This record gives sequence, C-alpha cells and structure tokens, in this order.
Amino acid sequence: MATKIKIIPWLIVLLVLVTWLSLGQGSTPVSVWVGLLDWLNSVPSNAALIIGEIRLPRTLLALAVGAALGMSGAALQGLLRNPLAEPGLVGASQGAALGAATVFYFGLFASAGALAVTIAGLLGAIVALLLMLGLSGSGRPSLVILAGLAISTIAGAALAVVLNFAPNPYAMQELVFWLLGSVSNRGLDSLFVLVPALVIGGVIIWTQRSLLAALSLGEQVATSMGMAVNQGSRLVVLGTAILVGASVSVAGNIGFVGLLVPHLLRPFTAYRPDQLLIPSALAGAVLVCTADIFVRLLPFGQELKLGVLTSLLGAPLFIWLVLRESKRWP
Amino acid sequence: MALISTHSLGVDSRVIDLSIELHRGEMLGLIGPNGAGKSTFLHSLVGLEEYTGGVDSEGESLNLYSRNKRARLIGLQPQTISSAWPISVKDVVTLGRLPWGDSDELAVNEAMRLAGVEGFSDRKVDQLSGGERARVWLARVLAGKPQVLLADEPVANLDIHFQLSVMDVLRHYATQQHGVIVALHDLSLAARYCDKLCLLKEGECVALGSPSDVLTESLLESVYGVAVEVDLNRMPPVVLPK
Repeated sequence: MATKIKIIPWLIVLLVLVTWLSLGQGSTPVSVWVGLLDWLNSVPSNAALIIGEIRLPRTLLALAVGAALGMSGAALQGLLRNPLAEPGLVGASQGAALGAATVFYFGLFASAGALAVTIAGLLGAIVALLLMLGLSGSGRPSLVILAGLAISTIAGAALAVVLNFAPNPYAMQELVFWLLGSVSNRGLDSLFVLVPALVIGGVIIWTQRSLLAALSLGEQVATSMGMAVNQGSRLVVLGTAILVGASVSVAGNIGFVGLLVPHLLRPFTAYRPDQLLIPSALAGAVLVCTADIFVRLLPFGQELKLGVLTSLLGAPLFIWLVLRESKRWP
Repeated sequence: MALISTHSLGVDSRVIDLSIELHRGEMLGLIGPNGAGKSTFLHSLVGLEEYTGGVDSEGESLNLYSRNKRARLIGLQPQTISSAWPISVKDVVTLGRLPWGDSDELAVNEAMRLAGVEGFSDRKVDQLSGGERARVWLARVLAGKPQVLLADEPVANLDIHFQLSVMDVLRHYATQQHGVIVALHDLSLAARYCDKLCLLKEGECVALGSPSDVLTESLLESVYGVAVEVDLNRMPPVVLPK
C-alpha cells in the first residue's frame, strides 16, 4: 500500500522498556537480571522466585491481555466502520464473565484448580459467540453489532442473577473482585490458555486484513472488489471473540483498552484499518502493562484493580474522543 | 465477440429479461426514471445481486469466474460511497488494486493521472470537495484496470465542470479498448458521450440502440411522462424537458 507505516519499531522499543520496568516493580527490590538468570538456570534463590514465579507471569499476562484487547478493538472498529465500536460488543466478554461466575457459584471444574475460572470463562465466551453468530444470520457487519449487543445483554442479565443469588458474601466478593479485572496472582498456567488464543485469534484476524481495508469504502465496494464480505466478517468476529473471551476469562474485565488503543494509533497508521492491527496489539500490550505498573505504585493498602484503573483513565479519554468525533463528522 | 453480454438477465421484479451487449471501445448509457432498475442491473454484474439468466464475457460465462477474477474484469463505482476513515487519496486509489492483491505503483499513478487527482494525492478524502472526491472514487476503480467499468450516476450532485471532467475520463477509458456502462439521469450527457443507450422502465428495456434511436421525443414522453425537447444535431446535443 501507498503510505509507509513506521510506528512498529517504536512500539517494540516501548514494549521492551515497560516489560523491564514491570519486572523490576514490586515491594521487594530485586535485580531483574539476576532473578531472570537464576530462574532460567533453576537456581533456588529469592530473586528467581520473585521474578520467575510472581513478576514474570504477571508481566507476560498483562502484555498478552493488552495485545488481545488492542488487536480485537482494531479489528472490530475496522469491520463495523465505527470508531466507537469496542470488543465487548461481540458478546464474548459478558459470556466469559458469566462462565467464570458460574464456576464461582457452583464450584465446577474443581479438578482444574486455579485454571477452573479460565476454562469456564473460555467456554462461556464460546457459547456466547456461537449464539451471536447464529443470531447474526448472514454475517453482515451491521447485523453482527445488533446480535452481539443482544447476547451481551442476555449474558449480563444472567450474570446479575448469579450475583443476586450468590451462596455467600465471600463468593460474591470473590466474584466481584475477579470481574473488576487484574493480572496479579494468576500464575504461568493462565498463559497456556491465553497465548494459543492470542495466536489463533490474531492469525484469523490477520488473514482478513484486506477485507478490513476494503470495508473502508463500504460493503458494496468491498464486494465489488472480490471480497467475501459475509464470510470474512464472521471470521473477524470469531477471531475477536477468541481474543476477548480468552483475555476476560484469564484477567476479568479490563475496560476501554480495546476502544482507546486503535483510536490513539490511527493517526500514526495513516487511518488504514489493515495497518492498525499489529500496532494496536503492541500498544495494547504496552498500555495494560504500564497500567499494571501504576497499580503496583499506588499507595493504597489494598491494590487497586487493573480494570478499575483502565476504566478510570479511559472514561475521560473516551468522552474527549466522542467530542472530537462529533466535530469531525458533522 | 462482445466484451460483456447478458442473456435474459433478471433480478426478481426489479430487472426483467434484460439482454445487452457491450463491445470493446464502447460506452453504454443506462437511462430511465428512478426505480427503473439501472443500479440493480449494475449490481448484478459485480455479484452484489443474485440474478437469473446469464452473463458472459467474450463467450465465457461469469459463473465460471472466481470472485477475484470477476472483480478484475468488472469494476464498479457505486452511486454513493463514503470513506469510514480520513485516509489519503493515494491510499484510497491503492485500494482499487485489492482484486490483484498488489499495490502496483504504476497502475495507481496512472489511475490518479487519468482521473486528474495526482495534484492532491496526499490529502485526506474528508478534506476534499464533492467534485474532487467523485474523481478520487473513479480513480480507485481505474487503478484496478477493469476491462468493464460500471459507473452508477457518477455525475450526480456535481457542477457542470466536474460533470464533464468525469464523463471525459469515462469516455477516454472506453476508447482504450475497454467497455464502460454508465447509469445517467442527464439525457444530454447521455447523448453527448454514449455510443449506445438502453432505456429502462420498471425493470424492462424499452429501447436499446444508438442515441438517435432511443432519444426520441415520443419514446421519452411515454417513459418519463413529461414532454421532452430533443435536438441531437446540435453540438453538444440537447435533451431537455419542455
């Protein structure tokens, strides 16, 4: 394509930087190098334990969740030709939340241990996705948004019922805290779910980048240029749902990342939806990891949940974006 | 052999039993009142509408064409286009290369030159006037180098300068051994630029032939329901309601 995009190297530099900062951030001062080398060489030191078992999983999870949310936001906004679309619209995040909540309520998948919530979340996302694809019929982008909203609403209502009838206050508290979104105390196991999902969802979306570019000029133009619009739209939604479902089932709701990241990057990618995917994944990773560093820096007794921080910071930015959009497209 | 020919093409009740032939170097004008089936016919040729009957290109049925091959053969400029994002003119024109899966710089630059948009290729489409934008959309189709170019009311809402500019581009493209089918409301422009005209009414072809065969006062009055003055001997020709 005509315009050359040069932002990716800068984002990779930022990614390395925040990864290093995140590994170094915590209540106990530890050398990141020493900890990493000890952990890799299986040396049983405190530094290895802190870096390898606590901070590394947390950092990698933050990066993976951010990448998944950033890329899915870029894909969905491109598909729906709507700068205000966000990954929650496909229903997968509410489905994942409902699945996870059901585990808290009924104690399912006890044998899976800490991964029980993740597995249930993923199942919830898949069920929501199947219902949404069934409801959206032909797969036209405009129908996808309506079907996603319907499934989201139903899953949200069911989640409220689960909360309403929580067996005890502790289960409810645990559930609510989980829903608020966090990447702490998840363990490396969660990455075994999230990384394959990130790769599969990312590749599915990446194969449809030409469709996203063509849809810039509308469905008619895209179809006339030989694009399989309905089939491709379903694939983009499938990829998005895999990314969102997996990240919500691992980390709960991390709001506004999928909405804001593509917005902030669009001017640096010549506003081209096909060129926005990789930069959004990288920037999403940087943003969530940075937010997680801030969470650890805040001087509160109890750690502020990551999802709460992203929402607190994201909401004013969102309002600014809405105002800016309303001026641009009168 | 015809570059493109339709045989008893039908789209439910919107286009009925339409058979036309377009040869290389020709420009065919589709005329008729609103709702006559002009856009539906053009859409059916690019696969936007399911149709009955047949469409061939130089003897080969389009049913045998893949989506991409069809898009390389036929390019469509729809009646209304908008860009969801403020992308640059050059990027919009480059989108026209999608059926080929490349971003052929030569083809893109040639299309921008033909459409006269190379002077503002770095500007964003949302910063252009309606006339400039119409030529950008046209350049996007030209970049795909389709053998058959379909343009659905490409001069609607344009001032007379841009109307002539867009029609000149289409005429020039046809003369380069391509085929052009253009849906038009302006009958004077149709008489001036088209080699053949197809007059549609309620999905049916009422008349098909040269402008002098189709643009007769009696025929136009019966189709449009208003008295029309036709003077094809003037240059440019004039077809106006009385």
